[in-house]
Amino acid sequence: MHEASVQAAAAAKPLDETLLVAGGYILYLDKLTVTFDGFRALNELSLYVEEGELRCIIGPNGAGKTTLMDVVTGKTRPDSGSAYFGRTINLLEKSEPEIARLGIGRKFQKPTVFANHTVAENLELAMLPDKRVWPALLKVMSAEERDRVAATLDTIGLAAEADRPAGALSHGQKQWLEIGMLLMQNPKLLLVDEPVAGMTKQETEATAELLLSLAGEHSVVVVEHDMEFVRSIARKVTVLHEGAVLAEGPMDEIQNDPRVIEVYLGEADA
Amino acid sequence: MLTARLLDHDRGGVVLLAVLAALAVGVPVCNLLVPPDSPLHLSTFTVTVWGKYLCYALLAIALDLVWGYAGILSLGHGAFFALGGYAMGMYLMRQIGPRGVYGHPELPDFMVFLNWEKLPWYWHGFDQFWFAALMVIAVPGLLAFVFGWLAFRSRVTGVYLSIITQALTYALMLAFFRNEMGFGGNNGLTDFKDILGASLQADGTRVVLFVAAAIALAGGYLLCRAIVTSKAGGVLVAIRDAEDRARFLGYEVERYKLWVFTVSAMLAGLAGALYVPQAGIINPNEFQPLNSIELVVWVAVGGRGTLYGAALGAVLVNYLKSIFTVQMPEAWLYVLGALFVAVTLTLPRGVIGAFSRLRRVRHA
Repeated sequence: MHEASVQAAAAAKPLDETLLVAGGYILYLDKLTVTFDGFRALNELSLYVEEGELRCIIGPNGAGKTTLMDVVTGKTRPDSGSAYFGRTINLLEKSEPEIARLGIGRKFQKPTVFANHTVAENLELAMLPDKRVWPALLKVMSAEERDRVAATLDTIGLAAEADRPAGALSHGQKQWLEIGMLLMQNPKLLLVDEPVAGMTKQETEATAELLLSLAGEHSVVVVEHDMEFVRSIARKVTVLHEGAVLAEGPMDEIQNDPRVIEVYLGEADA
Repeated sequence: MLTARLLDHDRGGVVLLAVLAALAVGVPVCNLLVPPDSPLHLSTFTVTVWGKYLCYALLAIALDLVWGYAGILSLGHGAFFALGGYAMGMYLMRQIGPRGVYGHPELPDFMVFLNWEKLPWYWHGFDQFWFAALMVIAVPGLLAFVFGWLAFRSRVTGVYLSIITQALTYALMLAFFRNEMGFGGNNGLTDFKDILGASLQADGTRVVLFVAAAIALAGGYLLCRAIVTSKAGGVLVAIRDAEDRARFLGYEVERYKLWVFTVSAMLAGLAGALYVPQAGIINPNEFQPLNSIELVVWVAVGGRGTLYGAALGAVLVNYLKSIFTVQMPEAWLYVLGALFVAVTLTLPRGVIGAFSRLRRVRHA
């Protein structure tokens, strides 16, 4: 019955545009292989993320973390394998903006915001409900939309900076603004690449809190190098090595896995 | 509400519009009503020179829309200006009718000279003003759309895009030099007589053309201002500053670029069409790559990304050019080059940027 009502509600949209998760994964990656000039960036990588999950992905440099994000967001096409968003949406057939509009938000490794727009304008641009040219040309912000911007400014702690150009923010503030921009898109899945790189200890803690509060309502995948940060937020950790999954499980288990210690933790401790 | 959006916090734009309004009233009075021996009299020659500057200013605003806001450095915008000019030129040729040197009832002189029997198909319709007026906008717009579709879809950006826009205008120049093209070869189109039945030599016609250019410039400014102050304008700046971020927020970056590039080309075509009846000639030299580069210098000198700065830059540089090409013609290219280097090094935001910095310093 429930399944049927979901289907009926979705009837207005073509089936492949509708996110159906029930009983499955929100992100389903199977045997993805990507090669660059003979180098195997991803090697039959399989990864499954459940709805509402907060997943951390770790791994040494060159393990394929960023390539993985590129495949999911449509920037890189794999040589083989499959990638599904929910049960029906084939990500490999979609362009980057289409994937973004379907509900996958991505934060870049280097914080990327629109430097000449104010902080509030950055959020407004991310929020625009219809992103085509003519609707954008005629768009007037409604009161509810302004409220939403204000609410997000509070969430990311930048209410006082609303009218400053985003280029004038500190590094950490830019990271938060970018996360705020993702939130404005109402994404179902957030891909967050190194959110605490270059942050102070306090900023790192605040970011951990922010990401933890997002999980549940959104599914969140975090790529990070900072082990302490991963320990503070992770419920389930995936370790990548040479383009494939080396180990997966709770942080304690991962930390004691001899293979992981050899390729990654051991190296970090040395 | 729209006027508030367009003109609030836009002192430069208000000044521009006020100056244009004053010119649109003052110039006709000083040319037609003030007697020639009065010091306040404006000669028809001067009216036409300034009318051409206004056309250049409109062209500069069109370029600033794509370069200053969307970050697309087109080095071929002169091509769209020239195409608009040719469309108007074709209408003016057809207006000559049987009064040509060879007295042919329909064919322009150069076609009679080439022993052509009848009008090529693409010259049909240009005896109607409305049709020519439509083509003035449609032809540059269509070329920009096709060219942009190919270039943006392949994600050609930055300096590569600039280079192929140069190639575009150069290719058009070579094509229009050929007599077989049917656009008068290297002589182009000239010896115009009437526009809408009014003699192009008459003072009144010249003044009307000047006023038309002023109105077009004001309208073009307001149109561009409406675009850049809308959310779509915000998206354009976002694309300029962080293209990937915009794409991953769900914006079809290529469509925005294609759209703004096409709108800009149409405005450039309109500028060319208003220019030709005042200049009295259009020939393939208008497609010269150098013209498009000069245009970029106008915008850079005025201050890119402000619209009114581009208009100011166009008038300023062309005024300088008119002085130098009379006093020491061989020096002009050096002056132009030096100007560009000086502005890039010392006034990254052009004359307008220097002005506003001066104001801030004084207030502080």
